[in-house]
Order: sequence, then structure tokens, then C-alpha cells
Amino acid sequence: MAMEMTAGYIETAIKRGLQAIVAALIAFTSGCGRPKASITMAGSTAFEPFAVALSKEYKKIRPDVRITVQGGGSSLGIMTAMYGIAQIGMADLVKLPQEAVGLTATVVARDGIAMVVNVANPVTDITEAQVRDIFNGKLTNWRELGWEDHSITVVSREAGSGTRSSFEKLIGGIVLVKSALVQDSNGSIRETVINDKYSISYLSHGLINQEVRSLSLDGCECTAENIIGGKYKLSRPVFLLTKGEPAGIVKDFIDYMLSHESQEIIHKKGLLPAK
Amino acid sequence: MVERIVKWLLAITAFSALASLLLIALFVFKEGLPFILKTGLSDFLFSSHWDPSHGKFGILAMIVSSLAVTAGALLVGAPLGICGAIFLNEFMPVSVMRIIKPAIELLAGIPSVVFGFIGVTVLAPFIQHNFGGAGLSLLAASLILGIMILPTVISISVDALAAVPNSYRDGALALGATKWQSVHMVTLKAARSGILAGVILGMGRAIGETMAVIMVAGNSVQFPRSPLDSVRTLTSNIALEMNSAIGVHRQALFATGVVLFVVIMILNAIAGVAIRRKIRGK
Amino acid sequence: MRIPPRHTQKVAVALLGGATLLTLVVLFFIIFYVLKRGLPVVTGEFLLSDQEDMGRAGGIFPALVGTFILPLLAIAIALPLGVGTTVYLAEYTRENRMTRIIRFGIDCLAGIPSIIFGLFGFVFFTIMLQMGWSLLSGGLTLAIMVLPTIIRTSEEAIKAVPVSYREVSFSLGASRWETVWKVVLPNALPGIVTGVVLSIGRAIGETAAVIFTAGQAMQIPTSLFDSTRTMSVHFYILAREGISMKNAFGTAAVLVLLVLFVNIVAYWLMNRFIAKRS
Repeated sequence: MAMEMTAGYIETAIKRGLQAIVAALIAFTSGCGRPKASITMAGSTAFEPFAVALSKEYKKIRPDVRITVQGGGSSLGIMTAMYGIAQIGMADLVKLPQEAVGLTATVVARDGIAMVVNVANPVTDITEAQVRDIFNGKLTNWRELGWEDHSITVVSREAGSGTRSSFEKLIGGIVLVKSALVQDSNGSIRETVINDKYSISYLSHGLINQEVRSLSLDGCECTAENIIGGKYKLSRPVFLLTKGEPAGIVKDFIDYMLSHESQEIIHKKGLLPAK
Repeated sequence: MVERIVKWLLAITAFSALASLLLIALFVFKEGLPFILKTGLSDFLFSSHWDPSHGKFGILAMIVSSLAVTAGALLVGAPLGICGAIFLNEFMPVSVMRIIKPAIELLAGIPSVVFGFIGVTVLAPFIQHNFGGAGLSLLAASLILGIMILPTVISISVDALAAVPNSYRDGALALGATKWQSVHMVTLKAARSGILAGVILGMGRAIGETMAVIMVAGNSVQFPRSPLDSVRTLTSNIALEMNSAIGVHRQALFATGVVLFVVIMILNAIAGVAIRRKIRGK
Repeated sequence: MRIPPRHTQKVAVALLGGATLLTLVVLFFIIFYVLKRGLPVVTGEFLLSDQEDMGRAGGIFPALVGTFILPLLAIAIALPLGVGTTVYLAEYTRENRMTRIIRFGIDCLAGIPSIIFGLFGFVFFTIMLQMGWSLLSGGLTLAIMVLPTIIRTSEEAIKAVPVSYREVSFSLGASRWETVWKVVLPNALPGIVTGVVLSIGRAIGETAAVIFTAGQAMQIPTSLFDSTRTMSVHFYILAREGISMKNAFGTAAVLVLLVLFVNIVAYWLMNRFIAKRS
């Protein structure tokens, strides 16, 4: 008897549950079709935190526009901009590749790439040649840079990363050593270096914090002044890519990101303004 | 009349469901097979030169890594799991089993990213301090995966052991065997195919795992020469390169999917045979 | 000298017991560790407030909503399809070679690694069908992922309904559909619901397929085309980027508790179902 009753309860519960689901779905789909005022940004993980911060600020003056930011790396930014999945693709590259030729590019910031090591690492300076040799696998021991006798853990980004291709292009002549660890975002690179005493990697200047140490390259520190002044070699622009000329809300938002207040915000958080 | 409509509606439903399942299989094969045919199976499967920007798509290093990680996981998970199942089912009272088995099965549902996280925060530093290397390694991946498949192996092995009729055990004991003797000479042999099915299921889970592996394995494209080396499995490769892959590169990832598909199908077939042998009665 | 079997037994039992203890300790340690470090973080505010500073501060409410909506959407799609398929195969067709092949195919698909679903969903739904990163893209992908489970558990449940029930129904003059709707399905319901709950559990823990189809936007979705984050995705991002260990553990604790709860419900339902059958 109790069994039938509970079966009855379950049945009612299921029915109610299904009704609720259907109601929710109807509520959703009535907001259906792509909502007009929405922008999807995707791509560079170096610019991602800044895009999120700026979109939050933008929401204060234009609460009707929904902006979502996905990461995924510069190549994803280019691809999704081309296919229209993302209205704004973000790419931090020295030079835009062949595929991006059809897209309109706007420079929103400049960024430096710093060589970073663990805070327990006493090394403070590194030459370009040493960087090349380390990432090629020719230089394998910290002893050769004046530290302990221990192998160097090389950490790199995945193939589609703008930071990685910029780094390899600017240093030149790098064929990544096979034993290099690979991580899939600037944030996870930083996390790996924090956890591995003998690691070395490259990191977007905008994502450096006190938990990693950036090395000076051939005597030149990776600072805002040096990057803007052109003295620090490893720097690249961050592009906002759109299919065709930006128009409508996309144009508004891009203009906003180029505005003085936004550039101030970018600068304060560690990236370099476009000019 | 209503009957006919209903039957048609259900037929359409069944067809759409099966079609969508078929869709994914067909899609993966449609994208991946032409690539394999164009590049050549041997260049794809037997070359370890993976360099998409220069058109090189040899996945051998990753096949070996996937196999190594899976083998490692089985080395950890299978013995522990089977021993656990034997102990729980044969040497523990049923009341204990009634609590512990569900508890273990609950653990099968813990998301893999949680296991991966434990691997990164607890296991990798441990390996680095005590064994060297970067910590993120084949060893770390094997250990974490081994732990992840434990609930599956234990649960299915217990089911297999419980399915062995008590008459088998009683017969052995009546002949003067000790409990342990009856277990390893009679019960285990009888439950063999069920346990094997459980191990194969665990193997399938290990091969297909992505998130936990990306977090702890290091993701280097190389042959592992020691358990402390960093490795990249087939699944990790798909996840890492999916975002940036277009054209031929993307087809190569689908081709990897085809390889995984085929491997899983073979495993399923073997498990199916094993289970059917068990049902037919030994 | 032959070792007496009594002694080998003692050794064997000791080793087996040791292995079991090790297994249980490791498995429960993981849960315990996550909960110990994560539960203190889980306050009402944590659960109900939005995130700030890319997750460094604030709460996980949008992710909570996403975790709720996405699996439900997947079930809403997969349940009618799955049960309809099973009913058709079980009640309207005869067991033959075709159904065996179909069953094998479904079993295979149940074993496909989730990253392949992610790859498929990304290329097919997100890019080719231009759905972008959205609930729709994620929901459809998850639906295909759980479809085999729904079909399998429904099949077991429906097959377990005694033939006599159907016979009685027919002898009373009911049509096949009436029999299915009024007799078979209600009796198979606990089994079917078990399958649903198991699928929800799987969908909640799924990361690889979700991140590439539903995206990672930390917002409450207001339309099917909005991107959203589930807790697994949020946890993964917090953890691997080292944004906030505290929040990562908090998210993990909520995630673990949620999954445990869902599985406990499934287990309880399954037990009731088995008890009812016998």
C-alpha cells in the first residue's frame, strides 16, 4: 500500500518537475533568437582578464549590452572572429597571420613577455642566447646560469597561443625541446612556475604577480617604461579583430576600450596602453 | 487510428535518437578518415613527429603515452581493486558490504577535475620532492587514474564474485580447503570473466580521461622513457589543440578521435565476449 | 617444507585486508581533504553572490545556476528521445539481429571519451550550426552524451515489467499504447528516474565537453544562446590558473556534495526499484 502511495508521489513529482522544465524552457526561448545586444569576445588569455574588467565597467554605462569573454588562445580568437562566433576576437601577436587578412584589426593595448622563474631562483638576468638555448634544449642545467646543479624544467604554451608564437618569433630559431611541459593559458603557466622551483617560462607582463620573478633580458628589465620605450625586446600588440569594420554596439564597445578611462584601467592593471 | 499515429511518432523518436547517436560517429569518421587516407596510416600512427605548423601529424608518441598511462592506471587500480573486492565479498560480513559498496560506488561520480586537482596540489609536489623531475608526469597521471578507476573495478568485481553460487564455495570447503584456498582455487576462477569485464571497463575509463590527465601529466609530446617524464595522451592532445586547429590540423584531431573510437569498440567487444561467456555458465 | 594452508590464509587475508584498507583510505581521504578545506568557504553568501575579479573574490551563484540548468536541459532533450526509443524497440518491435546491433552501437557510444563529444559539439554545434558558446550547444552535446544511459536504464526498467501485466491489460481490451502509457511506463518509472538521476550526476561532473560548447562565461544565462559556466568548469579554471585556492576548494566542496547527493538519490531509487520488483 505504502509502495503505491510513494509511487504516486514520485509520479506527481516527475510530472511537476517536467512542467517546471517546460515552463523554464518556454521562458527561455521567448527570449529566443540571438539577443540583439550581446557581444562575445574570445581569444588571447593575456588580454582576457582585462577584457573582463573592461566589460564590467562598460556594463555600468550600457547595462543593456551583454558582453561575454571566453579565453582559448589567440588562434581561437582569429578563428571565431572569422566564423562570426565571436564578434570580437582577441589576439596578442607580433604580426597577424595569413588567415586573419580579411579581418579588421584594432590595437587595444601593448604587452610585454617576461621570462619568469620561481621566487626561490636566485638568477636575475638572462641573455637572449641563453633563452634560445634553454627552449631548444641545448642548455639544460641551472648550473650553467650560476645556480644549483639541477635540470631546468622548461614550460611552454600550447600551439595556438599568441604569447607562444610571439615569443618564438621574437627570440627566433626556437624548436621547442620535446620534454618541455605544456600548459594551456597564461594563468596556468604562472601557476606551474609557482609550484616548480626549477622551472622557467614566458608570461604576459600583464599577468605577473609577486609569486613569480621576472628576469631581465640582456640587462633590460621587463617594465612598462622599457616596453613603451622600445628598449625591452619581447613585446607585441594586442589586437581586437572584427569581421569587417566594427559597427553598432561592437564599435561602441571598441571605442570605449580605446577611451582614456579604459586605457587608464588597463595601465593600472599591468598592461600597456595602445599608444 | 490513434495507435497508428502513436506508433509512427515513436518510430520517428527512435529514429531521431539513433540518428543523433549515429551522427556523432559518422561526423567523426567523415572528418577523420579522409585525413588518414590522405596522410597514410603509417605516417599517422607510426611517426612520432607531431608538428602541425609544418604539416607533420605523427601521433605515435601520444599513442604510446596513452597506453603507458592506461597501463600504469591498471597496475595501480586493478590489483588494489580486485584485492579489495575479494576481501570485501569473501572475508567480510554482508552487513559491512551493504555500507561500503554503495559508499565506494558514490565515489565513482566524483568529477575528474577534483581528482586532477588533488593530483596537482598533493601528488605532483610529492613526486617532485621525493623522486625528482617536474612532478607533472606519467607517474602522477597513472596514480590519479588508478585511483579514479578503483570504484569501477571494485564494484564490478564484487558483483562478479557475489554471482558465484555458494555451492561452489561450500563444495571446496567440504573437501577440506581453507577459505582462502576455496577463494583462489574456485571462486576467483568462476568469477574470472566478470572481473575481467570490470577491469576492461576501468581501462576504457582510463583511456578516455582527459581533464585529470591534462592537469597532472605535463603534456609534452615525447616518448616516456621513465615514469617521471612528462607525457601527452591522445585525449589531452585533442583538448589542447582543439581551439587552434583548422583545416588539416582539425582533421588530424578527428582522426585521433577515430583511433580512440576504434580502440573503445575493440575493448567493448572483448568485454562483451567475456560477459557472455560468464552468462553461458562455467 | 610445505607451508600449512592455515598460514598462507593468514598472510593472504592480511594482504587483502591491507589492500582494501589502503583503497578505502585513499578514496575517502580525497573527499575528506576537499571537504575539510572547502566547506569553511561555503557560506550562504558564497553560494548566492556573483563572482568578482575573475573569481578571486565573491561567490559562485552564476555557476550554480549553470550547473542546474545545463543538465536539466540535456535531460529535457534526452529523456523523451531515450524513453521513446526504448518503448518503440521494446514494445513495438521484436528482438532480432537489428536490435542487437543497435544495442551494441549504443553500448559503444556510452564508452566514447567525453573529449570526443566536446570536439564534435564544438565543431558541429558551436561553429557549423553557428550556435556559438551557448546553453543550446552545451545542452545538445550533453543530451547526446547521456542518451545511451537513458536508453539502457529505461530498457532494463521496461523489460523488468512482468509480461503478465501487459497480458492482463490486453485481455481487458486496452490497446498497445494504452498498455504502455498506463501500465508499463508507470511501473518502469523508478528505473527510468534512476537513469535520469545518474545522467544528471554525470552531466554535473562533465567538464571537457561543456567547456568547449557552453563556454566559460560567468553569468546567469537568460536565453538559450547565452554562454554559461558550470561548477566543474568554474572549478577547473580557478584551480589551473591559481586564481584563488580558497574559492577553488569551496567550489569543489559544493560540487562534491552535489554529486554525492545526486548519486545517493539514484542509489535509493534503484534500491526501491529492486525491492519493488522482488
